[in-house]
Amino acid sequence: MNTEALSSSSYLGEGAGPAAWLLTTDHKRVAWLYLISLTAFFFLGGAMAVLMRIELATPAGDLVSDDVYNRLFSLHGIIMVWFFLVPSIPATLGNFLLPLMIGARDLAFPRLNLASWYVFMLGSLFALASVVFGGVDTGWTFYTPLSTLYANGFVSMAALGVFTVGFSTIMTGINFIVTIHTLRAPGLTWFRLPIFVWTMYATALVMVLATPVLAASLILIVLERMFGIGIFNPALGGDPLLFQHLFWFYSHPAVYIMILPGMGVVSEVLPCFSRRPLFGYKAVALSSMAIAVFGFLVWGHHMFVSGQSAYAGVLFSFLSFCVAIPSAIKVFNWSLTLRKGEITFETPMLYALFFLALFTFGGLAGLFLAALAIDVHVHDTYFVVAHFHYIMVGGMVTAYMAGLHFWWPKMTGRMYPETWGRIAATVTFLGFNLTFFPQFVLGFLGMPRRYHTYPPEFQFWHILSSAGAVVLAIGYLMPLFYLGWSLFRGARAPANPWRATGLEWQTASPPPPHNFDAMPKVSRPAYDYAMKGLQHEKFSPHKDEA
Amino acid sequence: MGASTESVAFDKPAREQAADTFAMWIFIGSEAMLFGAILLVFLIARISYGPAFAAASHHLSLPLGTLNTVVLITSSFSMALAHLFGNRGRWRASTWSLAATALLGLVFLGIKAAEYTMEFREGIAPVLGVPFTYDGPDPVHAEFFFGLYFAMASLHAVHLIGGIVVIAGMLVMWSSATQSSRLRRVRAIGLYWHFVDIVWVFLFPILYLINR
Repeated sequence: MNTEALSSSSYLGEGAGPAAWLLTTDHKRVAWLYLISLTAFFFLGGAMAVLMRIELATPAGDLVSDDVYNRLFSLHGIIMVWFFLVPSIPATLGNFLLPLMIGARDLAFPRLNLASWYVFMLGSLFALASVVFGGVDTGWTFYTPLSTLYANGFVSMAALGVFTVGFSTIMTGINFIVTIHTLRAPGLTWFRLPIFVWTMYATALVMVLATPVLAASLILIVLERMFGIGIFNPALGGDPLLFQHLFWFYSHPAVYIMILPGMGVVSEVLPCFSRRPLFGYKAVALSSMAIAVFGFLVWGHHMFVSGQSAYAGVLFSFLSFCVAIPSAIKVFNWSLTLRKGEITFETPMLYALFFLALFTFGGLAGLFLAALAIDVHVHDTYFVVAHFHYIMVGGMVTAYMAGLHFWWPKMTGRMYPETWGRIAATVTFLGFNLTFFPQFVLGFLGMPRRYHTYPPEFQFWHILSSAGAVVLAIGYLMPLFYLGWSLFRGARAPANPWRATGLEWQTASPPPPHNFDAMPKVSRPAYDYAMKGLQHEKFSPHKDEA
Repeated sequence: MGASTESVAFDKPAREQAADTFAMWIFIGSEAMLFGAILLVFLIARISYGPAFAAASHHLSLPLGTLNTVVLITSSFSMALAHLFGNRGRWRASTWSLAATALLGLVFLGIKAAEYTMEFREGIAPVLGVPFTYDGPDPVHAEFFFGLYFAMASLHAVHLIGGIVVIAGMLVMWSSATQSSRLRRVRAIGLYWHFVDIVWVFLFPILYLINR
């Protein structure tokens, strides 16, 4: 293996040293800046979750006090939602892959891309600094009047941090939309785009249109806390419920910012490892757009018990059922893609199949919650916690792991160890279900969320969940080690180890600094797995490296 | 026009210019959602507490508000001139128009500051714990009106300050920029400036002109 020749022609060998990375405008390197920082945030947020689960192993509050517990779940939520899930796939895999997938040399605005990372770090570290001073105990939702009148933590600092990170999200969103519109390779029409690109587009639209509303609500909170302008304070003429409307107008679409990219990853992985074109390409592509649009119309389902008008409740319930339709379209099409496929169970495929199972399960639980009567019963219980963790962790993080393994050879030029990958995927799946399935039961039995003590009869389910959390933590720590190991010791990856379609596989692994030696032209649809040279070959990626 | 592009992603300057303008429009869409959310809050409150808001609105200075509207629309005119002159290669005139735009922005901020001072003296600025003294009907909801007024006008002012800073930065780096990149920057900041003006065109009637 000729390391010299490879490093001098790849983006990784373009220049070493901190300055070459911290001042880079190469989208592939910016993706790494994000990947490293997001991994740190993920494990930080995860450590808080593990602490909470250990506390909940016994009914009494014996490990941490109620105040500390409140701060733990608030920061767990803030870190995981804003500093991991929202940027996760778009800022790492999306940043790396979007230009490669559409045959461009870079994103439309490379400097804006780098700036977005700096803004992200500025905001997230500012918010984390509030921990040093004493933390925040409002929950990640910053509900008023708790956050404005009663909370004695550093709410303004955390809110300003999240507000700043919002700028980074908007920068990424604008960059992606313009890139997809203006930089597609010749012949790459909209309906030849990989679904991953479609989901990036839908995600970017939501980022650009929803994030400013979060900004507005956070500004109003800070104005109330620091300047005494009582927008949400009834004593000053304001209305606390208004905050929930504004917050969920952002935060529900934000759920789709988080899950749509995961759907994109799975739409790439499933066809590849079943050697079949994606079933119902147009339906899958357009259902992403439908999700993006419907996502803006369902925020009221977070407020069924808030005292909003009953008629609004009925309407929001109906619309919430509607948003399940495009998701179901995707699930059916993914399942049909597998039909008659030559399926192999490489690590990305395992993760993708686990995604399919967990997302479907979590999504169906979402239908329970969309029903008014059931929601009133399980509102603010562990049922809701279990539902969104099935979507966000079981769905989104699993898809993120699928994507990370799938494109790892492209990003690093190295293969990850396949056996370890399969073990980690399986451990994650088992640990995840052990952690969160008991929470459905707990919630249905009436265990409210955000409490650090509980009646002894709930202990059985809590112990199961806490044990699962440990298994899940092991499942997430394993890739940290073997992927890190493979960076230096992994087998060299060929340009296209999975024999996948898509422009990103037509350039070297790792790609050269400007992505393509000759600008690609496209004349075929996406997922053309019937194409000569890809079909009916014995599929053995790891024997390919000679 | 120079044949170079600022981003490595583009082959042709014309494509890059189109992408710039497109990006600016998306950004403006995003900004519209920001102001839209707060306008919505205002409108809900306005419908709920109509009479209190109308009475409170009459405590704002209509002459100064009107003067500011004129100043800001004039600044939009000079911004449009800067773009027009730039397009025709008359860079001296374009530079002066840009400077005039920024200056008019500063005048607007000055008048706004004077208004804020008057409102503080009158005791109708419910900010930073300053005692709120108001002799009209329904003082609680009047205070809500003034709170919203300060929030919205200040958010607008922050946007204006951002625009002025960008124009100043552009003028500082003016001599080192190529003509095509100057033109791109004028077009982008121009779109932004007009947007901030249009926001004021909405704020002025809903804040100052209730039942006048």
